[in-house]
Amino acid sequence: MILRAILFAIFGTAFFIPGITGPNELNIGAKAPDFSLADVDGKMISPNSFEDAKGYIVIFTCNDCPYAKAYQDRIAELHNDLAPKGFPVIAINTSDSKESIAARAKEKNYPFSYLHDETQETTRAYGASKTPHAFVLDKNKTVVYIGAIDNNYKDADGADQKYIRDAVEALLSNSEVKITKTKAIGCTIKWKDA
Amino acid sequence: MWNISINKYPLFFVILMMATTGYAQTVEVVKEDQLYTMIDTCDDEYDICLYNFWATWCAPCIRELPYFEALNKSDKRVKVHLVSMDAVEDLHSKVQPFIRKRGMKSSVFLLDETDFNEIIPSISKEWTGAIPATLIVDNKSGQKYFYEKEFKDNELEIAIEKVLTINN
Repeated sequence: MILRAILFAIFGTAFFIPGITGPNELNIGAKAPDFSLADVDGKMISPNSFEDAKGYIVIFTCNDCPYAKAYQDRIAELHNDLAPKGFPVIAINTSDSKESIAARAKEKNYPFSYLHDETQETTRAYGASKTPHAFVLDKNKTVVYIGAIDNNYKDADGADQKYIRDAVEALLSNSEVKITKTKAIGCTIKWKDA
Repeated sequence: MWNISINKYPLFFVILMMATTGYAQTVEVVKEDQLYTMIDTCDDEYDICLYNFWATWCAPCIRELPYFEALNKSDKRVKVHLVSMDAVEDLHSKVQPFIRKRGMKSSVFLLDETDFNEIIPSISKEWTGAIPATLIVDNKSGQKYFYEKEFKDNELEIAIEKVLTINN
């Protein structure tokens, strides 16, 4: 028993190995960190760039992760449907080069802002850990939803829980966002100094 | 002269099949509940059951696979389960060939699910949902240790030794 206690004291319970987890995810109700990042044309974009916005859909994504790819058309649809209602999609990529981000945006004719987080500062500040990892902010940039885009990564039609759309609809109708946090499966974000 | 029918020489065909697949593991496709059962029922012959969540397209997962294969080979106290997150549609075209090509010997499963919102916290509250991820279960105490990371160098060995040290 004593040995056990000593070993626990030495190793702790979590067996901490540096690099186990990334930064901590923002909390619901927290004020989202501001950012200003270059889009595919090199123009600096921040939430304030969207003057009439009633909120923001911030999605950390990348070009090649199969989960991110599975959602890329759905992300475009979200923007097409919700930006006119005041909720633009702001996609942030910290994994790929500026050039490949621009190439994908051009190839897919993305309607949303696809920003390059070269320093990874914004990705860290949000506590994004994988792609895709979505955050819905209200008009005051308060975080109201974090997690998956919907509940079927493979098949959009098979998803019967559309978490982002539901959160946005709730904000638009001044009602409570019912599901505020979900867990999304994703590809781990590679940290540059890790 | 070359009239070798499968009815006459069944063993020959079994051997032929084994030879062409190089004795590689076959992949068992599992659903969420089967995965939970698997995690809850680690065979008594092992001190540790380990579950690594990976995919053929995941570069950091592939980098750490040799550590799990080495552990599976060298440490009989540990039962390694490699749980592929590949799409079930890719089982025959990608996952099986990948395992065959690398001659992988650990038990491989494929988790055929599309909704991970409940699966992720069921595996571990510490899991944000990124792969690679590894769950190490101490079979005696039932204590679970979770790692959302790519194991490097001797980190996996150290993690296993620490569980076994506390265990005994």
